[in-house]
Amino acid sequence: MTTGAVPAKLAEIIDDFQDLTEPDRLQLLLDFSRELPDLPERYGSHPELLEQVVECQSPLFLTVEIGEEPERRVHLFFSAPPEAPTTRGFAGVLLEGLDGLPAADVLAVPDDVPDRLGLTRAITPLRMRGMAAMLGRIKRKIREAQ
Amino acid sequence: MTLAPDTQDKFAEYAHPERLVSTDWLAANLGAEGLVVVESDEDVLLYETGHVPGAVKIDWHTELNDEVTRDYLDGAAFARLMATKGISRDSTVVIYGDKSNWWAAYALWVFTLFGHEDVRLLDGGRDKWVAEGRELTTDKPNTAPSDYPVVERDDAPVRAFLGDVLDHLGKPLIDVRSGDEYTGARTTMPAYPEEGAMRGGHIPTARSVPWARAAAEDGTFRTRAELDAIYRGEAGLQDGDDVVAYCRIGERSSHTWFVLTHLLGFPNVRNYDGSWTEWGNAVRVPIVRGTEPGDVPASRVRAAR
Repeated sequence: MTTGAVPAKLAEIIDDFQDLTEPDRLQLLLDFSRELPDLPERYGSHPELLEQVVECQSPLFLTVEIGEEPERRVHLFFSAPPEAPTTRGFAGVLLEGLDGLPAADVLAVPDDVPDRLGLTRAITPLRMRGMAAMLGRIKRKIREAQ
Repeated sequence: MTLAPDTQDKFAEYAHPERLVSTDWLAANLGAEGLVVVESDEDVLLYETGHVPGAVKIDWHTELNDEVTRDYLDGAAFARLMATKGISRDSTVVIYGDKSNWWAAYALWVFTLFGHEDVRLLDGGRDKWVAEGRELTTDKPNTAPSDYPVVERDDAPVRAFLGDVLDHLGKPLIDVRSGDEYTGARTTMPAYPEEGAMRGGHIPTARSVPWARAAAEDGTFRTRAELDAIYRGEAGLQDGDDVVAYCRIGERSSHTWFVLTHLLGFPNVRNYDGSWTEWGNAVRVPIVRGTEPGDVPASRVRAAR
């Protein structure tokens, strides 16, 4: 279990969720779902470069690109179909909260961050595990690239 | 007030054609007095991305389950839920959802526990409605609260508990999970790794008929002749059989329960909602591994009770 600091941007998103009532939290997650960008051309035409996160109930593919030393900034890319808005929403939260951070900061993100969004009752613990699995996969891909 | 059934030829072949409506029928009847359309999905946000105009949402997990007991709502809570959704006791309720109506069938089965008379599925579900380019809206429906009587749940006709299934051994059982869950190669369905059980396998004597075989490529139900070939032909069910269906938590088997009860006309079908998450973890309850249904192990069944 990683229990480091939550990066500022992600902490801000968590606060935004926590400030809302449960129905509004779902609405915010839906906004993240809608704002998830399409894949850039280099992945859109090469789906084999993406990796499926099988722990998600709906198909989600992701990959990471890691920048130059010493910071090794991480860029995240996600793909999930429109009929899987919950999965897309989780991806959107991770993208906005973590994209562009140094690899060490992403690796230090606490593994229980998904539970802090206050969605567990509405989304159910089972569905929340999909988001934890995405974070785990991102970290694994960073470690593998080292 | 209930609405007239959809009388198309495909449905007329089924035992209870009034339990299905087509997308054409629904489009023509939207807004009709006495009709309430319900969307019930696996994805908790899907309704909010756009739904059939006027449809209300029912979330299986947060609205149909009791929050602390592994059970469904009681009569008073169901009456409150129905009232907030604008459903009266005599409403025609049409339920549709994602994934070939998997969760919609589950919701329909829960309505059945309370004896709601006129509850139907949209053949092909949400995917067919979307694929046909029919209207979707994100507008919240103007739901006028209704009065719904408190009707106590009557589980016995359509719901089986662990002890019922132990007593049932020797009569037809249908396991609707994926092949690898049936043999015990895995304890969860592909892509759902966290809903585990201690042991992998199936209930002794259960036949394997994965639920999705009842659905065609476009998510609609297969024709009467195709369904008869699967359930009467391959699985060997016969008229008058007392049947129990199960899966992992009872949702996929609700779909099969619908097919056997309403499309094929078996009068005595129960859904064992405890399913593999209960059976596969229960103490002194026998299981069978591998592809064969297996036999009833008499001595161990007595020990389990």
